[in-house]
Amino acid sequence: MSANPIATGPMGGEQAARLARGRRNYARQYWPFVVPAGLIVFAVILFPWVFTLFMSVHEWKVTGSTSFVGFANYVHLYEDERFRLAVVRTIYFTVLSVAAPMVLGIAAAVCFQSNFFFRGLARTIFILPMMATPVAVALVWTMMFHPQLGVLNYLLTSVGLPPSTWVYDASTVIPTLVMVETWQWTPLVMLIVLGGLASLPTDPYEAAILDGASSWQMFRHITLPLSWPFIVVAAVLRLIDALKTFDSIYVITLGGPGTASETINILLYQTAFAYYDLGYASAMVVVFFVLILLISLLLLNVRQKQAFQ
Amino acid sequence: MSRGPMNRHKARRWLGRLGLYLSALVLISPAVLVFLWMASLAFKNEVDNMAFPPVFVPNPPTLANFVDVFEKNDFLTYTINSVIVSFGATGLALLVGVPAGYGIAKAKMQKSAMLILIARITPGLSFLVPLFLMFQWLELIGTLVPLVITHLIITVPIVVWVMIGFFEGLPNELEEAALVDGATIWQAFYHVAMPLARPGITVGMILAFIFSWNNFIFGVVLAGRSTRTLPVAVYNVLTFEQVSWGPLAAAALVVTAPVLLLTLLMQKEIVAGLTTGGVKGG
Repeated sequence: MSANPIATGPMGGEQAARLARGRRNYARQYWPFVVPAGLIVFAVILFPWVFTLFMSVHEWKVTGSTSFVGFANYVHLYEDERFRLAVVRTIYFTVLSVAAPMVLGIAAAVCFQSNFFFRGLARTIFILPMMATPVAVALVWTMMFHPQLGVLNYLLTSVGLPPSTWVYDASTVIPTLVMVETWQWTPLVMLIVLGGLASLPTDPYEAAILDGASSWQMFRHITLPLSWPFIVVAAVLRLIDALKTFDSIYVITLGGPGTASETINILLYQTAFAYYDLGYASAMVVVFFVLILLISLLLLNVRQKQAFQ
Repeated sequence: MSRGPMNRHKARRWLGRLGLYLSALVLISPAVLVFLWMASLAFKNEVDNMAFPPVFVPNPPTLANFVDVFEKNDFLTYTINSVIVSFGATGLALLVGVPAGYGIAKAKMQKSAMLILIARITPGLSFLVPLFLMFQWLELIGTLVPLVITHLIITVPIVVWVMIGFFEGLPNELEEAALVDGATIWQAFYHVAMPLARPGITVGMILAFIFSWNNFIFGVVLAGRSTRTLPVAVYNVLTFEQVSWGPLAAAALVVTAPVLLLTLLMQKEIVAGLTTGGVKGG
């Protein structure tokens, strides 16, 4: 792997662009390599998108009865109080689920950059949460959140803190789910930022040490600005993943108590596969997808700027 | 005269080391806590699991929960299902994804690369509504086919994305020499580029396998009673045995242990793959 994988990623670098210009005549010959994967992408990714658009302008029940309703599903969506609340909850959940892992992830990257005994082992343990099966982990959290018998309330009370209601109260359920999300995805932020830190030059630090700068000053005025592009990439990826969160919320609360943790994904699942209102669910997918596409364009923009910086 | 500052310098360095070890400890303790608690619940008997204050160390440890999971909940079938689906989807993804990554990297097909990135960004749930209908029409619901096909949504973008990065990092000279010597581009790919890219293929394979293994959402919608994958089966243990924590934790451990082991053994490859644009499935 190259030392700076993000900057030399698929968007290419200056050198790659120069090479491509020289090899343009060959470019066409490489299409057959892409065709099989292209067919699969068409069948399982592009076709569903187009078909979703088609379904979203129909009243579509799973029994097979369909009728064209124009934009009625979208109008309904706009007026639907439950959808609006789901959007607000999704934003609330997403903002917290980006902020907490970013702060912790950057701190962890700085810690794991320094050399210490057992660093390799510690780093491996640190990334285990993001590799573990989300459903299995969510189950363990569910048992830990149990108000009477859960180990978390035992730990809280044994150090003199009041027990929490965790996922059993509307006011604490989303912060609790954010905690699970943070536990699981801080490692990805750490890895991306750590990759950035590894590519930083050493001269500015040597100069700063000669000038008598403190560790905090070096972090604030050298590390942070120089690794900023990596931090932005990590933040955008985190944002997209937070918006996609489904498994942990579904397993731990199923949107409850009541609808207190019902995000867009959960409502979408319920609409499609509990109420079987497929047309309406499709309209929801389209709106949600446009939202995510806007964010992904931001990501592509960031990557492109990075590649040509 | 110089002894004072020297000692202060030493003390500060020593404090810095101590701070480093303490922060590393704080950083890994949430992960350690959750996984140890999972193991603790899985190896304790039912009385100890329901005790308050909680019993931390299983004494004596019991395998009864695992026996329970495999005998009552038919986990052997679900394990086989998971193995078929994850190996099938990963194998197919390697078959089409390695050449695709090569083609995209060589011909600089930036638009194709973007399409792959957008697939990474779309929530898995949004593919499911139309695919669910399609599989219903084709009468494939209740077989493993829809699961293998939908898992390609996870594995193909991962493999292609990792391979693009890898092939771009390889020097062109060797293949160009082969082309000059009269090899076709397929021969250059198969005999020159592929062997060089073997580490990249390993990275793509491991990540695709793990994220396919972990996937829940496609199974929960598309699997029938006998075609459940392990994550779906574990969730079903929750709905039927809400009060029985031992089997629940044992089931969770059975699902996630292979992935955790793989991570411990292959952490270098996994880290390399994850930093290449933050690959993540689902």
